[in-house]
Amino acid sequence: MTLVFVETDTSGEVTLTSAEAVTFARKNPQLLPDGGATTSREGAAPPSGSTEGVVIGLLSDSAVNELGRLGVSVIHHLEHPDLADYSAAAWAQAIVDITPESGTLMASGTPRGMELMAHAAVRTGQRMAANVIACDDDGLLRQVFGGTAFERLRLDGDLHVITIAGHACTPEETDPTDPEVFDYDLDVAEADLTTRVRRTEAEAADDASGLTSARAVVGAGRGVGSENGFGEVLELVDHLGGALGVSRVVTGLGWRPHAEQVGQTGSRISPDVYIACGISGAIQHMAGIEGAKTLIAINTDEEATMVQRADYAIIGDLHEVIAAVNEEIVRRRG
Amino acid sequence: MNILVCIKRVPDIAGSVTLDATGTRIDDSGLGHTKSSHEECAVELAIQTAAATGGTVTVLTVGPAEAVEQLRAAVAVGANDGILVEAADPSVFAPEDIAQIIGDVIRDRAEAGQTFDLVLTGDDAADTGDFQVGIRLAYDLEYPVLTNIQTIRAVDGDVGGGGEGGATGSGAVGAADGGSGGVADGGAGVIEARGIGPAGTEVFTLALPAVIAVQEGGVDPRYPSITGRMKAKKAPIAEYDAPEPGTGSPRIRLELPEVRQSSVTILGEGPDAAPALVDVLEEIGVMRP
Ligand SMILES: Cc1cc2nc3c(=O)[nH]c(=O)nc-3n(C[C@H](O)[C@H](O)[C@H](O)COP(=O)(O)OP(=O)(O)OC[C@H]3O[C@@H](n4cnc5c(N)ncnc54)[C@H](O)[C@@H]3O)c2cc1C
Ligand SMILES: Nc1ncnc2c1ncn2[C@@H]1O[C@H](COP(=O)(O)O)[C@@H](O)[C@H]1O
Repeated sequence: MTLVFVETDTSGEVTLTSAEAVTFARKNPQLLPDGGATTSREGAAPPSGSTEGVVIGLLSDSAVNELGRLGVSVIHHLEHPDLADYSAAAWAQAIVDITPESGTLMASGTPRGMELMAHAAVRTGQRMAANVIACDDDGLLRQVFGGTAFERLRLDGDLHVITIAGHACTPEETDPTDPEVFDYDLDVAEADLTTRVRRTEAEAADDASGLTSARAVVGAGRGVGSENGFGEVLELVDHLGGALGVSRVVTGLGWRPHAEQVGQTGSRISPDVYIACGISGAIQHMAGIEGAKTLIAINTDEEATMVQRADYAIIGDLHEVIAAVNEEIVRRRG
Repeated sequence: MNILVCIKRVPDIAGSVTLDATGTRIDDSGLGHTKSSHEECAVELAIQTAAATGGTVTVLTVGPAEAVEQLRAAVAVGANDGILVEAADPSVFAPEDIAQIIGDVIRDRAEAGQTFDLVLTGDDAADTGDFQVGIRLAYDLEYPVLTNIQTIRAVDGDVGGGGEGGATGSGAVGAADGGSGGVADGGAGVIEARGIGPAGTEVFTLALPAVIAVQEGGVDPRYPSITGRMKAKKAPIAEYDAPEPGTGSPRIRLELPEVRQSSVTILGEGPDAAPALVDVLEEIGVMRP
């Protein structure tokens, strides 16, 4: 049995990366060393190869239906006043409480997923493998060295604890089931609450809907140079009626908000055209743009992966090139 | 507040890599070395926090003798001293081994009178990306742990009670004396930590001692000064030998991605190629009328 930690958003819907993890679980029944029942549930053991989900906090009816369509047979729903504010230790223990002794425990490789699986691995005395992208008879395969290489590894132990790299697979529906939902009475230890979130300072909502629905996305990376270097890029976005997407370097440096990040730990986009400006093409970035129908690169380095993977490329300084493109667009509009 | 920062020597990779003869390691003979940007930010946070509280910063690495270069680089920007746990090839260790080794060294330093109120790590190392050494270390030390933290600051008072509570004030905590020869426990101060969560910036308050894993982005790491570089050459580095791997790495081998055949059409160089690009955009049909 594979138990997947399913993240839900503020309206209780399943996040895209969690839908991916569930799909990965369902399509890789060989993940499991052995089937087994969740420890706290009465009755017969679930069939080996089944996929179950664990949700903490908000769970909407439509999320239950979606998990059913993704092939989840049982949903463990954990709700407790002490779990309302996120605390990694307390959430991990709640997950561990319903984790079978053998099988696979997994989450998507989001910050929460990474953190919870690491805590759960320690608490169950198991190893953990982060950012897994594939699994076969030869063991697990995961991203290392920032995606420039993969590590082939084998976990021992009866319980495998793993995270799935974001966008390593696409959510796929199957014959819908009507998942059973189990609710639990939990004990939350005071000691596990010292690391809870004391308050959240909401920023401009992390809303990426404009980015994921745009037909044209202009991507901007470190090559932009500074926080003040987005002028031409934003003008081009405007000309195309599109959206801006950025690399993690750009969000990491605080140049642009996280909602605009594209890639493994950001949005996955599928526009008609993606124009990547000053982006090298790291695997974690490419993971977010596989769905782009046409890929155009503007980069000073002809050898950059992004250029090599593009359909079209211009070699040169992005500021100069985009300024000229903007001018040309204005000229043609007359 | 005395702070320990764990840093890892990793190859500085730009572009593609090759494997060594064993197939289990990257051939780093022609590459420079560095530490991850998360760890650079952790060092910067440690320097700022130690300065605000009148404490010290120690950097620790488990790695080959050459990793002393990364320790000295951290001293050059403001750390006080370093600890090298020598392991010719750290890739034979599992993350749980590394956490155990660091935990043992921390306990050993405590016996020798050097205690740490706060231990910082990166979220993940740039090479293995295991995302767990900080968390495993915290469990080994029986300290609470936060991850994904971008900024920290020492605050007055206690950790406070419910949701809205928490420590207040921006004053510095007095220099911690680290207790009576043991590992610091209690009374070492309170840290307010911030990181980005799914719904905005999350704020935590945590009584020390604790482990905090840092995510880049909250601070700009400083560059070394001339005097810093001079100091780095003479900085005290305590040395340990790593034990044999306990658990051992689960790695079977490394694999490299397939090199894909490129089918790119180069439209040209520089601004002169702009019309060709606009032609393509018109053809795709994404130009606003
Ligand atoms: C677990 C994990 C998750 C990650 N998730 C993501 C993610 O979701 N999204 C993501 O993007 N990254 C992610 N990353 C980071 C990723 O590995 C890369 O570090 C990042 O994508 C690089 O960003 P970049 O291309 O902007 O910068 P760089 O790699 O530094 O590339 C800059 C590029 O700009 C070019 N350039 C420089 N100056 C100019 C100029 N004037 N004009 C034109 N071109 C110029 C350079 O030739 C180079 O190709 C993740 C990494 C890890 C380990
Ligand atoms: N060999 C090492 N020496 C010192 N610190 C390490 C070592 N390996 C990991 N760390 C620390 O633990 C963090 C997480 O590493 P990892 O779990 O391997 O991804 C890193 O960012 C470092 O701060």
